This record gives sequence, structure tokens and C-alpha cells, in this order.
Amino acid sequence: MATMRWLWRQLTSMRVALILLFLLALASIPGSIFPQRGTSPLRVNEFLKDNPTTGPILDRLYMFDVFASPWFASIYLLLFISLTGCVLPRALDHYKELRSEPPVAPRNLRRLPVHQQWQSNSDSSQIISETAVAWKKRGWRVRQGDGWLSAEKGYARETGNLLFHLSLLVLLLAVGYGGAVGYRGTVIVREDAGFANNVTQYDTFAPGRIFGADQLPPFSFELQEFEATFQRGGQQNGAPRGFRADLLVKDDPQSEPRPVTVEVNYPLRTSGITVYLVGHGYAPEFTVRDASGKVVWEDASVFLPQDTAFTSSGVVKIPDTVPQLGLQGFFLPTVSEDFSNGPVSKFPAPDDPEVYLSAWQGDLGLDSGMPQSVYRLETENMKRIGIEELAPGETWTLPNSAGTVEFTGYRQWATFVITKDPGKGWALGAAIASIIGLSLSLLIPRRRAWLRVTATDDRGNVIEVAGLSKTEAPGLADEISQLAKLVNAPEEK
Amino acid sequence: MTVNETLAQASNTMVYGSMTAFTGAMVAFSISLAKGRRLETIETSAQRTSASHQVRMGSTATLDKPSVSTSLSDDGDLGEGRRAGNIGMSLTWLGTLLLGMAILFRGLSAGRVPMGNMYEFSLAAGFAVSLTYCLMSISRDLRWLGVFITVPVLLDLGLALTVLYAESSQLVPALNSYWLAIHVSAAVVCFGAFTIGAALSGLYLVAQSAEDRVAAGKEPGRSAAIAQRIPSADRLDLMSYRIHAFMFPIWTFAVIAGAIWAEAAWGRYWGWDPKETWAFITWVIYAAYLHARATAGWRGKKAAYVAIAGYATILFNYFVVNIWVQGLHSYSGL
Repeated sequence: MATMRWLWRQLTSMRVALILLFLLALASIPGSIFPQRGTSPLRVNEFLKDNPTTGPILDRLYMFDVFASPWFASIYLLLFISLTGCVLPRALDHYKELRSEPPVAPRNLRRLPVHQQWQSNSDSSQIISETAVAWKKRGWRVRQGDGWLSAEKGYARETGNLLFHLSLLVLLLAVGYGGAVGYRGTVIVREDAGFANNVTQYDTFAPGRIFGADQLPPFSFELQEFEATFQRGGQQNGAPRGFRADLLVKDDPQSEPRPVTVEVNYPLRTSGITVYLVGHGYAPEFTVRDASGKVVWEDASVFLPQDTAFTSSGVVKIPDTVPQLGLQGFFLPTVSEDFSNGPVSKFPAPDDPEVYLSAWQGDLGLDSGMPQSVYRLETENMKRIGIEELAPGETWTLPNSAGTVEFTGYRQWATFVITKDPGKGWALGAAIASIIGLSLSLLIPRRRAWLRVTATDDRGNVIEVAGLSKTEAPGLADEISQLAKLVNAPEEK
Repeated sequence: MTVNETLAQASNTMVYGSMTAFTGAMVAFSISLAKGRRLETIETSAQRTSASHQVRMGSTATLDKPSVSTSLSDDGDLGEGRRAGNIGMSLTWLGTLLLGMAILFRGLSAGRVPMGNMYEFSLAAGFAVSLTYCLMSISRDLRWLGVFITVPVLLDLGLALTVLYAESSQLVPALNSYWLAIHVSAAVVCFGAFTIGAALSGLYLVAQSAEDRVAAGKEPGRSAAIAQRIPSADRLDLMSYRIHAFMFPIWTFAVIAGAIWAEAAWGRYWGWDPKETWAFITWVIYAAYLHARATAGWRGKKAAYVAIAGYATILFNYFVVNIWVQGLHSYSGL
């Protein structure tokens, strides 16, 4: 029991809180040095591949999941327990203080940092009561005694301090709540194609711990047009300058579709979810015919950008021919004349688009039961039958009478992140409250002031005004001389 | 919209002009500092501090310090250095004005908020440092601080022009938001004021070491050359605390404004992006500083080291994270 009490006292002491703060800062550092699974899972895999010995050790120490690691959690949980243990008793004290009067005036006002005195013949009790009214008007809380007046100001400082710490607690809860019941998904949508809010339609989907799939609001949209503009010329040639996606949104299956434009920084917000435009690329369109001229494939295939000039790579899998056909290659929005590094694009806008394809014949391996990437061709059981360069409208007659491939054009696609975070509003409220609390607690001076009237032998009075600052805010002397001016007791020599 | 090259060129010229003014100011402030003396000797400061320390030990109920007797006007007697100090002050105003114009022209040349890459941010940060210093010096004599302000500003502008320079251009879409003006300008203001706070904390450490040595009956040591030309350790500590206490809510605001913007731009208000992580670390360290100053056994030198560590995290976030660490905040323009 005694040990528990000792532990609790230690945990709630400022010294331990300080150490925990330093630990929290220190513990965050690896999260900025090593790639994190939460934000860049691909870079984590790359790191693990490049560092086969140290990688797994670091992984076991949660170096790639720092902010979800048990040791990070234990630091901030201890810090919040410490904070609660420190703030709760202070809140009680402050509550009592708010309901009580300022303390009795000290006997000797001369000892205080700011002190003024003068002689006057005015009536003692009248000075006290009149000054009490005048000081009260200036926002001081006053207490009258026999021959003295005690005043205090700046209670909002401690109120702000408590508000700040309390709002940090609310913020932590809001972050936890939002993460647990919300979700985050990404989806690639091609122009003229649609998306319906359904788990199976997402490319990646990360639900919170207690998220239920039935919580997905039944909205849907169609991507009508995507437009990207780029800097032309200058040091930043090719840098993106604007993205916009024109959507036709249906908030639920029954409602009328409405046009919405989504841009970076301007997401679509509907029924508790938010739709963000986060990426884009090209999807070249092909019509593939078999040897008899029958269309076996006709669609736009999403190619993924490999560089800032949008050299994009992708594949087309055609399972319905015998043997099966596969196309693998690059889409170049503006083909570069320089081929020393292979086919590359020199500008991200589709000024002079071309595709570079290699055709493969054999078994695509789709029936093996192993999950396959839609962006990669499994060429183990396939044979390359040719390579070709095509401009839009051109047709390539495949060798081996394997049919024809027509590059009919291209569409653009956009990546959307769709999130639901019901804790968001709470977090924002807590954040705003924390700034208000902080400002009050750091900028409002807490001060005490006293007035004492002492009768002298010659039937006059000595008036004393003194003040004490409980904080390090400047201007105590000025404020006390202001208060002294409000004392209606003319000076007598 | 295209970039107006004439305005962009004028902006660059004015940056060079302001660097010339700041260089002159640095020289003038150095002369002024070399000739100056503080009114209270290191010995008296040391005595007063140890006396007030005993008072403090006696009263545990309140957090108050006995008020520091040196008032603002008698921080130091510049003596023959007064003239040089005045020249330094005027040149600093001139440099600040030119830098402000350079930033304005840079913004006008591209028709946007001029805070889109590290070059522009560095100009704004230098401006924030010198403007904060100029504004602070209106109501008190800060000529003794001039060298310690103009040197970092010159370093910052020099780096901006040589390493971080980027041509004036339009913004990438992610930065195209009114939050750029709110979030980044709040961060710039903090950068400026925290620079001054760190300079004051550093000077406090110099003054405190000298006073500690004298109080222990030793020679004031090498730091005395500077210590006897700047205000007492108590004053420096208080000034540094006031700046940090004033800026901490603004830094909190800068981080929260960033979170609100991140929610609109990236689909989450907090994602532990390296830049966010370091902003958080800075916040935690400065929070620790404010707590340390109210904790027995931590106030004084230890707290000052914490404040300087806080500033080091800002520098790290700016130079290392921006340039070498991959993240969403990769707008350095390099």
C-alpha cells in the first residue's frame, strides 16, 4: 500500500512528468527516421529487403510501427495518467479557491515587491469601502477587513491551465475513438467509370478496430473528367499546377445525381465521409482481336506512373484466347526522342502519347489459385513473341497469328482516398480549447493587491498599497500604482 | 498565370540590399558591444542572485521570484558604443524593410503567398527574426542583442541565396490553399521569435556561468568578456521565458492549423509525417521547458538547455527533414 502511494506520488510529480515528456520526444524520433507501415508500407518492404539482418531486428522493436508500438503507447499513457493525477487535485483546489475570498492582508506590506504609502486625513472605513468598489470595477476580487482590503485577480490563469490539460485528454480520446470506429480506403477510378461505396470496390481498405461494414453510407459517384495542368518551361518544368476531378455524385441510390468538383485541398464531404483526390495517371485503351478478328478484349487498363514525367507501366491480361495472351509495357504521355535509358516520357501532359508493348503468349497463371497483381504479368509459363511501339490509332499485327492489338487512345484515372473519422469534430474542438486554455494560462497575470489604512498619533492615517505577482508577467508596478490612484485619500503633508 | 520576371529580379536585388544593410548592422553592433558595459557588475548580480535564492528557498508556497531590480532602461551603459549601436539599429530597420519589400515583390511576381519553397520560407524567417527584434527594441534598449540577431539572419539569407535558391514560380496544387498563408506564416513567426528566444537562452547561460563562478569565489572566466556586456542572468532568463511563453500558444496554433489543412489536403489531420513528427517533438520540448521552469531542480541552466534543445529541433526539422527525409512536406524546391 505504501509502495503504491509512493509510486503514485512519483508518477504525478512534475519531475516524472518532465522525464516522460523528454521520453515522448525521444521515442518519436525513430518514427521520422525509419519508414513507417502506417504511411509508406512499400518503403518498409524495401527497407527489409535491403537490410536482411538488421531489418527484422528493427521490426521486432516496432521501429516501423513506432506510433502504434506498445512502448510508445506506454509512454503517452503514463504521461496522461501523470497529467490526470496532477490536474485533478489542482482542479479541486482551484474550485475551492474560486468559491473563497482572497486571503487576509499580510501584517507588513513593506516586505512586498511593490509598495507605496502616503499620509491622509480621510476616514478609514470610508477609504476601505470606496476602494473596494473601485477595485472591484477593475476586475479584482476583493475582501474587506478591519482597516485593510485584500484583492486578487487572474483566476482565469489557472482555469486556462486546467482547460488546456483537460483538452489534451479529450484530444487523445477523440483520436482513439476516430481511429477505432472510422475507416480509410483508397480506390482508383478511371474516367467514365464509377465507384459505389462498398468494401469490395476499394483497392485498399483499412477499417478501425470496431468498424462494421454496414456503416458504409450507400453513396456512389462517376468520374466524368479528370484534368491535370503542368508548368511548361522554367526551372520547374513539368511540376503539377492543378488537378481537378469532375464527379457525378449520388448521395444514396434513390437520390438525383449532382455534379461535384473535387480538387486537392477541396474534398467532397457527404454523409459523414470525405472523398479526397490524391493521385492520377493514365489508362491506355486497347482493342485486342484474335486471329479470326473477334474482339477478345476492349478496355482501358490502369498504368502506374513511374516518374514525374509519368512514364507509366502496366499490363493487359487476355485469358480468353488459346494460348492466353499478355501485354506488358509503358505508356508515355510525351515520348522522349532520347532512348538511351529505354522508353521514357519527357513531360507529364499527353502532348505526344505512345505505348511501348511486349506481347507474351502462354499461360497467364490465373487458374493457379495464387493471388496475382493486376499490374504485373507472371511470365514464367509464357513466351515473348514481339515488341512494338504504337501511336494512338495504330494497330499491331502480332506474330504467330496471335491476332491484333489496336491502341485506340487513353483515358485518365484518379486515386481517391475515402475516409470516415467520427472523432474529427471532437479533436478539433479539443484543439481549439487547448489553444484558448494555453493562452489564458500563459498570458494572464495572477496578482494580489492590498490596501491598509493605519491610524497615526496625530489623528491622520497612513495609507499603504502593495502588490505581489504570482507569475512572471511584467507590469506589476504599473498596475499597483493604477490601483493606488483609485484610493480616494488625498495626500496630506 | 505567368511569372513577372522584372518583379522577381527586383526581389532578388532587394535581398542583396538587405544583406548589405544587415552586414553593416552586424559590424556596428559588434563595435557597440565591444565598447559597452552593463551597469550592474557580474559581482553584484552574483550577490543579488544568491541572496534572492535564499529568499526563494524560504518561501515555498508561491512560485514568485523576488522582482528583479534592474529596470529595462539600465540594462547596460553602451558608453562610446552608443553611437555605433544606434547606427546598427538603423541599419537593422533598413535591412528589415528591404527584406520585407523583397518578400512582397516575390509574392507579386508570382501572384501568390511567397512561402512555397525553402528559399521563400528562409526569406520570411529572416524577416520574422529581424522584425521581431526591431519591434521588441521599440520599448526597450536591445542594442546589446544586435550582433546575436544579425549574425543568424545573415547566415539564413546567405543559405537562402546560395543553397536553397529557387526561381519564382507557381505553386504545386497541394500548396494552393488559403491555409498556406495561415499555417506557414504562423510557423514563420514562431521561427523568428524562437530564434530570439534561443539567443537569449544562450546568452543567459553565458551570464549565469560567469555569475556562478564569481559567486563561488573564482575568476569570472572566459565567458566574462561577453557576460560583462549583456544584462544580468536573471534578466536574460526572464526575457527568454517571456518570449517562449508568448510563442508557445502560437506554435500550438501553427501545428493545429497544419492539422486542419492536412485534413483537407491529405485526408487525415495527423499522420506522423516526418515534418509533423518533428513539429510534435518541438512542441513537446518547449512544453517541457515551460514545465521545467516551474520545477525545483530544473529552473535556471537546465531549463535554458531545454529551450535551446527545442530550437535545435526546429532547425533539424527545417534543414534536415525538409531536404533529406522523404515525406509529404517535400516542397523544398531543391
